[in-house]
Amino acid sequence: MEFLQYLSPSTQFVLFSALKIFAVFGVVMTAVAYAVLVERKVSAWIQNRVGPNRTAPFFINYLPVIGPFLVRLGIFQPMADGLKFLLKEDFTPNYVRKVYFWIAPAITVIPALMTVAVIPFGSTLGTEKMVIADLNVGILYTFGIVSLGVYGIVLAGYGSNSKYPFLGSIRSSAQMISYEIPMGMSVIPIFLVAGSLNLGDIIRYQAEHGWMILKQPVAFVIFLIAAFAETNRLPFDLPESESELVGGYHTEYSSMKLALFFLGEYANMIASSAMMVTLFCGGWTLPFVTALSTPSSSILIGLLHIGVFFAKMALFMILFIWVRWMLPRFRYDQLMDIGWRRFIPAALINIVVTALVVAFLHD
Amino acid sequence: MPQFTDILFFGLAGLVLLFGFLTVANPFSRNPVTSAMFLVLTIVSLAGLYVLLHAFFLAAVQVLVYAGAVMVLFLFVIMLLDLKEEEHRRLKSGILAVGSLAVVAFVGILLATLLKAKPAASAVAGRLVEGDTAKLGTLLFENWLLPFEILSVLLLVAMVGVILLTKKDLK
Repeated sequence: MEFLQYLSPSTQFVLFSALKIFAVFGVVMTAVAYAVLVERKVSAWIQNRVGPNRTAPFFINYLPVIGPFLVRLGIFQPMADGLKFLLKEDFTPNYVRKVYFWIAPAITVIPALMTVAVIPFGSTLGTEKMVIADLNVGILYTFGIVSLGVYGIVLAGYGSNSKYPFLGSIRSSAQMISYEIPMGMSVIPIFLVAGSLNLGDIIRYQAEHGWMILKQPVAFVIFLIAAFAETNRLPFDLPESESELVGGYHTEYSSMKLALFFLGEYANMIASSAMMVTLFCGGWTLPFVTALSTPSSSILIGLLHIGVFFAKMALFMILFIWVRWMLPRFRYDQLMDIGWRRFIPAALINIVVTALVVAFLHD
Repeated sequence: MPQFTDILFFGLAGLVLLFGFLTVANPFSRNPVTSAMFLVLTIVSLAGLYVLLHAFFLAAVQVLVYAGAVMVLFLFVIMLLDLKEEEHRRLKSGILAVGSLAVVAFVGILLATLLKAKPAASAVAGRLVEGDTAKLGTLLFENWLLPFEILSVLLLVAMVGVILLTKKDLK
C-alpha cells in the first residue's frame, strides 16, 4: 500500500470509489443470484418439497462428502439458471413498440442498482468510509431514484402493446406512486428524532441511543409494508398477478430481458432491506458490544462491521421470501384502501406526535 | 485545459437543450409518450446541473417530484387516453404565433431577471442551497413563511378543484 501516498487526493478518491463500486456491484449481483436460490429452497421447505438438488458440475465427483452436500443445497443452481437465461432464444413479438420494449428491462435494473450507492454498508476499512457516496441528502436521493423505477414497468407494459401487460403496468404505476407517499412520510419521524438526512449520521445516532425500530415502531411497520408494495412482492404483486393477468407487465418478454426484470426485483429487495437495516436496525452496529458499535481503524473490525450489516440484510431478505410463500395476494381495491386510507393518515399522525415529543423534549 | 466541471456543465447543458428540443419537436416520432419520456430526460439532466451547483437537495427533489411523480402521472394519462389524433395534427399558424409570443415573453422575463441579479446576491444564495437542508428549512420557515404558506394554500385549492371536477353529480 506504499504507492498510495504518491497519488493525489482526487486520484485516490477516484480509485477507491471505483473499487467500492465494483465490489458493491459484484456483491449485489451475487446476492441476487443466491436470493433466487434461497427463494426456491424456502418455498420448497414451506410446501414440504425438496427444491433444487441436482445441479452438479463435473468436478464435484472429486470432492468426497462435501461435494454431494453442496449439490443437495443447490449451490450450483444459480449458475445453471443464469446460463439458461443467457442462452435461451430472445424472442421479440411482431407487434411490440421496439424501442420501448428494448429499453424497459434496462430502466428497471439501473435505478435498483443505483439506490445502493448511498447505503453505508460498513464503518471504515483502514481510513476509507464504507459508503460509495456519502450524501447529505442520502435518503432523498434514494427516494428519487426509487421513484424512477416505475418507468421500467410502465414502459414494459406500453412497449409490449398488448392488453395484459398494459393492465399490469397501469396497476403497477398506480400502486408504486401510491405507496411512495406513505413510505416517504414514514421516514420523516426518523429524521426528526435523529436530526439529519445523512444515513451515516442516523447509524451513529442509533449506536448511541438505541435502534429506531424501538423508538418508531409505527414508522417501521409502514415502511416494511410499503417496501413490499414498492418491490411488487407478494402479497402485493398485483402487477404480475398470474392468475388474472397471465404474467402482467412481462408477459411478452423472454430470455435475458425477462431475467432483467427479476434481477431488478431482487436488487430492489436488497436495496430496501439495506434501507431498513440502515434506518431502523442500527446499520453495521450491534448493541452491547462497544467494539462493534464504534468505527475503528482495524481492518478486522471493519470487516466484522460489514459482516454484521450483511447478516442483518440477509434476515430481511428471508423475511421478504418467507412472507411471499405464506400470504395470499390482496385484491387491488384492498391494496389501494390500505395505502391511502390507513397508512397515509397513520404516517401523518406519527409525524405530528413525534414532532410534538421532540419539540417538548428540547425545551 | 478546461476544468472537469466545465466539461460536465457544457455536456449537461447540451443534453438539456437537446432533450428539451426533442420533447416539443421530435423529427422522428410524434408519439406523445416519446415526448413525455424526453421531458423526463430533460428533468433528470437539469437535476445534474443542480448537482454541479452543489444544490443536492434541489436536485434530489427535482428528480423525486417531477421525474418520479408528476411525469409518471402524465404518462399514465397519455397512455390511458391513447391520443391518436395528436400524431396526425398539423401545426396551425395561429397556434404557432401564440407559442412564439409565449417564448419571447418568457425569455424577456428571464433576461430581465438575469440582468437585475447582482453577482454578490447569487453568491449568497449559492452558499445557502448547498445541500444543507436545515439551513434551507430555516430560511423557508422564517424569512419566506408567508409566500410558502400561500403556495401551500394554492396547492390545496387546486386539489379541491380537481376533486370537485371529477364529481359527476354534486349534492
